[in-house]
Amino acid sequence: MSETTLGGIAGRMPKFIRRADPAVLTAFACIVILLLLGSLYSRSFLSPEYLLQQLKVASFLGVIATGMMLVILLGQIDLSVPWAVAAGAMMACAAAAYGPVGVALAIPFGVLCGVAIGVVNGIGVAYLRIPSMIITLATNAVAQGLMVVYTGGFSPQDSATAAMRYLATGFTIPGVPNAVIIWALIGAAMVFVLTRTSFGRAVYGIGNRERAAYLSGIDTRRIVLIAFAVSGGLSAFGGVLLAGYASKAAQSMGDAYLLPSIAAVVLGGTSILGGRGSYLGTVAGVILITLLQSILSVMQMPEAGRQIIYGVVIVAMLLLYGRAPASR
Amino acid sequence: MKDWRYLLAEQRGALLALGIFIVMFIIYTTNHPAGFTANVVQTAANKGVLLAFVAMAQTLVVITAGIDLSVGMILLLTNCLASWLVVGTPLETTLGVIAVLAAGLVCGAINGAIVIYGRLQPIVATIATGAVYYGIGLLLRPFPGGSVNEDLADALTGKLFDVIPTSLVALLIVVLVVWVPFSRSEFGRAAYAAGSSETAAYMSGVPIRRGKFIAYALAGLLASVGGLFLTFFTYTGEAAYASGNAYTLFSIAAVVLGGVSLFGGKGSAIGAIFGALAFRTIGDLLFVFDFDPLWQPLFQGVILLIAVSLGAFALFRVRNRLEWFL
Repeated sequence: MSETTLGGIAGRMPKFIRRADPAVLTAFACIVILLLLGSLYSRSFLSPEYLLQQLKVASFLGVIATGMMLVILLGQIDLSVPWAVAAGAMMACAAAAYGPVGVALAIPFGVLCGVAIGVVNGIGVAYLRIPSMIITLATNAVAQGLMVVYTGGFSPQDSATAAMRYLATGFTIPGVPNAVIIWALIGAAMVFVLTRTSFGRAVYGIGNRERAAYLSGIDTRRIVLIAFAVSGGLSAFGGVLLAGYASKAAQSMGDAYLLPSIAAVVLGGTSILGGRGSYLGTVAGVILITLLQSILSVMQMPEAGRQIIYGVVIVAMLLLYGRAPASR
Repeated sequence: MKDWRYLLAEQRGALLALGIFIVMFIIYTTNHPAGFTANVVQTAANKGVLLAFVAMAQTLVVITAGIDLSVGMILLLTNCLASWLVVGTPLETTLGVIAVLAAGLVCGAINGAIVIYGRLQPIVATIATGAVYYGIGLLLRPFPGGSVNEDLADALTGKLFDVIPTSLVALLIVVLVVWVPFSRSEFGRAAYAAGSSETAAYMSGVPIRRGKFIAYALAGLLASVGGLFLTFFTYTGEAAYASGNAYTLFSIAAVVLGGVSLFGGKGSAIGAIFGALAFRTIGDLLFVFDFDPLWQPLFQGVILLIAVSLGAFALFRVRNRLEWFL
């Protein structure tokens, strides 16, 4: 325990090679194996264009998984991702229908809706002490209900704004998709917050033992509330990017992101019990999941097979290194 | 002398759920155009029983301080399986039913093995196995379809002596055959003890692993009973992702309404059954009051949100702030 506490709280990022986390190493090893397998299957798998395309697809998951990681580090979980993503996308597109002001405010408005969902989650978890798994499921259901009422049960007709499309599909630096840059910026901000600020330390502290964190003078409830708000906001931002990518929002567009975002964080070595994990691992997890999805779709695996392989791979990898310590 | 008080305290959650259910059902039937007739009760029972089976399944796992986010997917999988197997002659149908129940038991046992012997967190493990079960269901039924032995289906969804809904009788039988023996057995007590305090239970030599494993396995079995009944009601098998998720979600709502503690060790399947019936009735209130069905998901979500927030009242009894973090 003391070893993990030292490793988790002291800035571990710069020394990640010297003190490499076996889970992160395993994740990167799996990425290499997947790339090799993919290149056996198709020659173009290792081409720079294809890999950049994968990175672009990964960045949507990466943004969402960043928020999920923050919550998981606290020892909680955010199951409201599916409809936070959809609500962010739909509300951003909906705002675009209200003239030039609406177009200008579309992205902030979408993100704000996600933050609102996150704040409800945070209040429930931090102040009402409801288990996060339950309250986030409930807010997910409420968000779904609101969206169904708003859209009438169909995919909304409003389309994404030019700014959303530019963020998701444009190129500011030639050759590097904007989505990847956004993920890199958000990731860098997250690394900074986790390793260089008192907020980050408090997150790790709460994840390790909330009582101890509270007794050492941390306003644990405020931290938990903020973390959930950030997670909701990032999910919604992921939804905004996805809407820009597909140029419109759709019902249940977020369903495909719940399991992958949790899996990416956990496969990256972040303990589901909280208090331990590095962002580098989450990056590895996101790329790993995206490559797995990509290989399955290149092999033209039907949806059913994809779900099965997906679940089996996640369970198998968790059994490899995500197990709880043997009690007693 | 004080026995009844103890019993009352123990069953408070279940009694509260029963009370909510009775009040809601009275509002429902008095506003229903057809009124309180055998047919209205039958329809309500059929819808409620389906959720009651899934809620019972969820209860078994929640008692051990775990959670099964794959119950809805087991229901879908067994629904798809039943639409292939529960057909033909009485013998074939019987074998089909047994096979479907066995499949549910195996799904639950896999969950249990991964969570207990694989030492993975129940949330992540059951989300992942849920994806697998959904995938298998989709393999079995890429498109909605199939059929079921309609004689059996009609018998189990009809009325006994023209009054009592058969599905309620089936629910009672399942309670008597699965829940009562389990909760009174050594393993049932072990499941409760493990949920209450795993360390203390281990120290006292309670077989917690076997107790938890049996709880997960029986949860799969109960979910498959739900899947069977879904097939009997719809005559088809369908692997719809959203509906599987909805059943999982509603099962948690029903469990919470039924007074089962999500922290484990407290509550009973009986409470969860009334929770499920109450939840279904509340959801259906919208129809008798002629609201747009579009509002139903929101309405159910809000009920769920309120139900889970009710647990927060315990905070008012907390004297020492450190108890927040238990």
